[in-house]
Amino acid sequence: MRLVSTFLILFAFWLLLSGHYTAFLMTAGALCALGVVLFARRMDVVDHEGHPVHLAPRALLVYWPWLLKEIAVSAVQVSAIILHPRLPISPTLVRVPSTQKTDVGRTTFANSITLTPGTISVEVAEDEILVHALTRNGAHSLADGEMDRRVTRFESA
Amino acid sequence: MADLVNLASWILIVAGSLFCMIGALGLLRMPDLFTRMQAASLVDTLGAALLLLGMILQAGFSLVTAKLIIIGLLLFFTSPTATHALARAARARGVEPMLADESAARQASSKRVEGGQNQS
Repeated sequence: MRLVSTFLILFAFWLLLSGHYTAFLMTAGALCALGVVLFARRMDVVDHEGHPVHLAPRALLVYWPWLLKEIAVSAVQVSAIILHPRLPISPTLVRVPSTQKTDVGRTTFANSITLTPGTISVEVAEDEILVHALTRNGAHSLADGEMDRRVTRFESA
Repeated sequence: MADLVNLASWILIVAGSLFCMIGALGLLRMPDLFTRMQAASLVDTLGAALLLLGMILQAGFSLVTAKLIIIGLLLFFTSPTATHALARAARARGVEPMLADESAARQASSKRVEGGQNQS
């Protein structure tokens, strides 16, 4: 199943990037996609981690819209800090507990933290992430754990 | 209708450029490596997203749009990874962030993993 969907996605990717729909090029694309799938299978990377399609619907419909909203809100906050004449920053290191069970979930959480302006995940451990935050408030709101809860819910989809 | 789309795309592109410029300004104003990275993250999140959205409106429903979306996804997945790698590498080589609370700093560095010299 995963092999088939990997093939379809790779082939669609080829078609989109090439833009030429002649028989020769489409055959070449299909062969290349097939080759990549075979290599990936030999390398044993086509699994729930390397190709997590089962998370796609929830990611697109539930998690990403929320994350984009968070990114926009905190980007505006960080811009206000940068433009403020006195530069009101209070850099903080904080250990944020992470309750995800899978590596995909932990990676999603760490990447989400870094994507949100104002917070960067510095070190990732089993059950906590060391986060550098631009302000004390940013650190506190992350430690409240709403993002953590949402990622955990998303990962168990 | 075409005018309206044009207008919306201009607004998005100008707003995206604005965030890129604020990010660059932050890069200059911030005091240390970690806070500078925070400022730079404005550029590759909202800056890039708004610019891409504006360009998508210009391109309309075409192959170019699909390519722009792919660029957006690429940034969405790679830029946090690169930022994390940079932060981690800096800490492993002993670059300690400037902190507002010194007690928090001591706690963090006493629990640090092995692998880098503590400069302070």
